[in-house]
Amino acid sequence: MTECQLSSQETVESLSVLPKDWQVDLRDLASLDITLSTLELIRRTTSRLPQDVIDALARGHAKEAQASRAANTLGTMLENVTLADHHVAPLCQDTGTVIFWVRHPFGVSQRALKQQIRQAVVEATKRSWLRPNCVAALSGKNAGNNLDPFHEGHPVIHFEEWDQAEVEVSIMLKGGGCENVGAQYRLPEASLGAGRDLKGVRKCIIDAVVKAQGQGCSPGILGVAIGGDRVTGYEKSKELLLRRLDAPNPDPGMDAFEKALAEDLNTLGIGPMGYGGRTTVLGVAVEEMFRHPASFYVSISYMCWSSRRMTLRLQNARPAIFE
Amino acid sequence: MIRLTTPISESDIRALKVGDEVLLSGRVVLSRDMGHKFMVEEKPEWLRPILDEAVIYHCGPVVRKEPDGSWSFVSSGPTTSIREEPYQADVLETYRVRGVIGKGGMGAKTSAGLQKVGACYFHATGGAGALIAERVKQVVDVKMLEEFGSPEAFWIIEVEDFPLVVTMDSLGGSLHEDVLAESQARAKALTA
Repeated sequence: MTECQLSSQETVESLSVLPKDWQVDLRDLASLDITLSTLELIRRTTSRLPQDVIDALARGHAKEAQASRAANTLGTMLENVTLADHHVAPLCQDTGTVIFWVRHPFGVSQRALKQQIRQAVVEATKRSWLRPNCVAALSGKNAGNNLDPFHEGHPVIHFEEWDQAEVEVSIMLKGGGCENVGAQYRLPEASLGAGRDLKGVRKCIIDAVVKAQGQGCSPGILGVAIGGDRVTGYEKSKELLLRRLDAPNPDPGMDAFEKALAEDLNTLGIGPMGYGGRTTVLGVAVEEMFRHPASFYVSISYMCWSSRRMTLRLQNARPAIFE
Repeated sequence: MIRLTTPISESDIRALKVGDEVLLSGRVVLSRDMGHKFMVEEKPEWLRPILDEAVIYHCGPVVRKEPDGSWSFVSSGPTTSIREEPYQADVLETYRVRGVIGKGGMGAKTSAGLQKVGACYFHATGGAGALIAERVKQVVDVKMLEEFGSPEAFWIIEVEDFPLVVTMDSLGGSLHEDVLAESQARAKALTA
């Protein structure tokens, strides 16, 4: 198995933008400031791949024929993971659409948090941890700071108030190549012979992966939402990509479906970067939602192998937790 | 492993076959969506000496300006090539480019261009941005930085041992077509 040794926790802490022994103060929620902790979240996310993704890549590497293009390619990917971490450089030059999910107790100002997150994104861009990836749709003009030039659409921030006392900030850096191979199906879909059942859903997923080939930077990770409307389905499919690859689906039936489907997809022969091979996907996450009786959507988000995601947890009188 | 250095002669490029693994050194010119549209619509003369027998790389890098005013690459993996399909063959012919580096492969029009001009499509490992940045020895120049912004500008770089796989050759071969056909057949069996 290829060695992929990330730098130690001590090294990561020593490079942190947060002051040493920094602790969260959640006593006065209205004056909470998450700018620095969010900047640190971005620094770690852009340069350190989650361990469960590294493990999945390493398992794929071990499964491929020795010295094959597929094995060499997975080896290059793992080498890249080590280099990015050691240099605190972006794993991939496409640091993606920057998406946040913020969960917070009652009393937090979303308006203030949004401005702090925006400030952290601007600063991370200045430090070359993020590429300026936000351009005006028609002119392509790039302001260079990763802020939406028209509204406050980028970075994307989803807020939710919850019952817990802590604040949780999840981030995903979603590259453009893999975003482009996402797909939404409306069942029944005659060309695939896909009806309104799990069998039909499976056909859609296989179709999407075949159409994607290596273009989404395979081996990919799939988030699949069954149901919803056109917006909420895609939204859910993306959120599912936050799930760790070693975490089972809470629904045992769906968990079995996911695992069997991942095995089937790995027999397609697309392989790493589409060069052929046995490692086409690293994982599949599927969840069912509500739907309108007339609609049946299957929304598929494809995440590249460089699945950059992380969660920051802020608990009162404790250091920031990154996981 | 085959070693190639730019400028690449037509005979050297015509000797390459789909599946060959290559280490490329020499001049590489970055260009993506805005650059390709620009090259086809405006056909700027000043690009001729820069691109002649050189290699185009579909990439929008993360760059850093050093205190002395020079540039360095921080992360620079390939972007998806198929977006340049409408333009690529024209660009190859106009500027006598010997190779295109990207990811995901390209279509029939580009394949015809590769055969006509004598060029190859080289596939780089998508997402390997940090590793590829290490193989960039020097940022020689940058053109259209103001107009296009840093991800879209023409960055002219010198690389050493850039690891690549030939996935489309000058004989019309395409690994992408082969893998697509096989995976479609397998998908049919899986959903039968």
